[in-house]
Amino acid sequence: MPIEILMPALSPTMTEGKLAKWNVKKGDAISAGMVLAEIETDKATMEVEAVDEGVLGEILVPAGTENVAVNTPIALLLEEGEDASAARSPKPGRTAGAAPPAAARPQGAAPAPAAPAAGAPAESEVPPGTAMRTMTVREALRDAMAEEMRRDPSVFLMGEEVAEYQGAYKVSQGLLDEFGASRVIDTPITEQGFAGLGVGAAFGGLRPIVEFMTMNFAMQAIDQIINSAAKTLYMSGGQMGCPIVFRGPNGAAARVAAQHSQCYASWYAHCPGLKVVAPYSAADAKGLLKAAIRDPNPVIFLENEILYGRSFEVPEIDDFVLPIGKARIARPGRDVTIVAFSIMVGHALAAAEELAKEGIEAEVIDLRSLRPLDLDTIVASVQRTNRLVSVEEGWPACGIGSEIAALMMEHAFDHLDAPVLRVTGKDVPMPYAANLEKLALPQVADVVAAAKTVCYRA
Amino acid sequence: MTGATMDKPHLTRAHARELLHQMQRIRSFEEKCAELYTQEKIRGFLHLYIGQEAVAVGVMQALEPRDGIVATYREHGHALARGLDMGRVMAEMYGKQEGSSRGRGGSMHIFDAAGRFYGGNAIVGGGLPIAVGLGLAERMRASGAVCVAFFGEGAAAEGEFHESLNLAALWRLPVLFVCENNLYAMGTALRLSESEPEIWRKAASYRIAAEAVNGMDVVAVEAAARRAVHSLREGEGPFFIECRTYRFRAHSMFDAQLYRQKAEVEEWKKRCPIRMFGDWAIAAGLLHPDEIEAIGHEVEAEVAAAVRFAEAGTWEPVADLRRDVMTPGEAS
Repeated sequence: MPIEILMPALSPTMTEGKLAKWNVKKGDAISAGMVLAEIETDKATMEVEAVDEGVLGEILVPAGTENVAVNTPIALLLEEGEDASAARSPKPGRTAGAAPPAAARPQGAAPAPAAPAAGAPAESEVPPGTAMRTMTVREALRDAMAEEMRRDPSVFLMGEEVAEYQGAYKVSQGLLDEFGASRVIDTPITEQGFAGLGVGAAFGGLRPIVEFMTMNFAMQAIDQIINSAAKTLYMSGGQMGCPIVFRGPNGAAARVAAQHSQCYASWYAHCPGLKVVAPYSAADAKGLLKAAIRDPNPVIFLENEILYGRSFEVPEIDDFVLPIGKARIARPGRDVTIVAFSIMVGHALAAAEELAKEGIEAEVIDLRSLRPLDLDTIVASVQRTNRLVSVEEGWPACGIGSEIAALMMEHAFDHLDAPVLRVTGKDVPMPYAANLEKLALPQVADVVAAAKTVCYRA
Repeated sequence: MTGATMDKPHLTRAHARELLHQMQRIRSFEEKCAELYTQEKIRGFLHLYIGQEAVAVGVMQALEPRDGIVATYREHGHALARGLDMGRVMAEMYGKQEGSSRGRGGSMHIFDAAGRFYGGNAIVGGGLPIAVGLGLAERMRASGAVCVAFFGEGAAAEGEFHESLNLAALWRLPVLFVCENNLYAMGTALRLSESEPEIWRKAASYRIAAEAVNGMDVVAVEAAARRAVHSLREGEGPFFIECRTYRFRAHSMFDAQLYRQKAEVEEWKKRCPIRMFGDWAIAAGLLHPDEIEAIGHEVEAEVAAAVRFAEAGTWEPVADLRRDVMTPGEAS
């Protein structure tokens, strides 16, 4: 498919310019970096460089044309073997030359929802015979916020792109229309500022939901989250609680490299004064987000970009609220316990399928909440299976798995038939290259191998 | 501006007495704290406000009980001027459970829900967005209340300062920013840390109504605060006052003050807000020297009672160590 070459911007404020000269003509072979044309404004001139290689299929804007708007297609580049007739449905354009690519932030809408994944709500939490509805995690989160905003006028949502843009990942879609700009508040890119504003608003009697475009950016705000939100109740001798939810996608997305791919679960789970929730299924996302919004404490709600588009069964119950701090047995088994949270629950369930083929029945525990951690459920499972594998995307040092391993030493030592094994992300910043990224993240095969090791079946 | 006249300080005898009394309470309380520190009754960080009393006392005159306040780690003066009981503040310095934060916070973390006093935030700049958030809450509730953030000029170097000013101005929130410019961020002189040392100009660049006042003159501070609060209540958006002041004592109890000349300190002490105001009030016929002496005795007695209260206070039982980490209950 041909690639459109677009009119670049000469400066951040340029909206149009003159296409002064073409240095190439139709049919020329183009290589990346080649100077294709020259453009000019009243202040400066600039060369348009090719980003991609191919053959120049068509010049759309002739030399000498004045007032060419930025991002106007000025030429078509054909890939090898294409002809210009394919030009009717060009690829979305790429701005050539010096203009920077669009901001690294939003990745746009996620892929279309897949079929419902395993992750049914725990039986005890949903009465038998309850009607179920298939929905994505994204929709479940939105419904949770909308229901709580309808229920309590003091609840409001604040963050980057939550209103007019409808959410950088479309989680807040429709909320602006229903609740208006006073309760669905777009902020500038000012994380420490709006996180602190949320804390102040919570002190002042409101119930803010603060969305971080990703939890990576919450590092700008972590002082307010820890020093203000988490500690003030204690520091004030119990006078000032902070009912606030900090939520956003956590962990690795896909191919966005080190600064946009990190799991913060153990960072927040480390801190007294916080609750930390990391759901996997849509039902848990909904029930736990509603609980988080009602909770009188600051709650860190860790979502996952890749899970946003996944579909699950969600019970059609008015006001479906789940308790924070209870794990869910996602798959019962007798031979080995696998604990995981967020997207890694999917890996654990897939590993359990593989293991079953080899006659190993794994019990998969979806932790759901990391602080408080449901120690009782883990210990009870280990008492049955005598083996434990923990799975997380985060780095190994001082991770959730490290904590669970230590807790097992303290609470289940006599029940263990093998050392606890951790499956974690590798101890490196996330690489961009696809092959390396895959290596850096826990894979189903890693979980299978660890489970077999603790079963002495490796 | 409507009602401008009634927003000016009304310097009756009673009001002059009140201003002097409040400043003297802070001064005497802190001098006693310094003494108790050397006796090891008070430990940790102790940041004295001595020299800056006119700022807290002047601004508080313009506030109502419904208004919120966020201060810094140098906040004893603000807490007392806000009306916190001196005994409870002293007990907090001791770490006793009768203290304003049950002894959990200490000198830097004085809180009072009833007085809408939200700390005691000991991260430089940390209180600013919280104050703006309180302002957002007031606006969303249409309460008519305002919120005040006190902070030093050192906070202007923090990103949070700029984020907070921008958001408050962008959303026209009822927040009064009070910058206490005492010329030194710990030991670093303003001229060594800011390319634009006139802090109020930074606020003006965010289109916030901003001015600088003599922070050693309690009447000038009160007048500016009244103008500001009037403007906030009229819905005119945030307001910024830079109070030019000076800290007479060291930054904390561990500071040898190698960064400033003794002569400079002595020069500023001549502008002591308490002495200046007292002398003026006598000259203006508002206060009699006997009354000033009486204030001194009254304050001495209050400080002595506060020390007795703190001494008689009790330690929180060890069993309560984990109390108030979380608010109990969920899904309210």
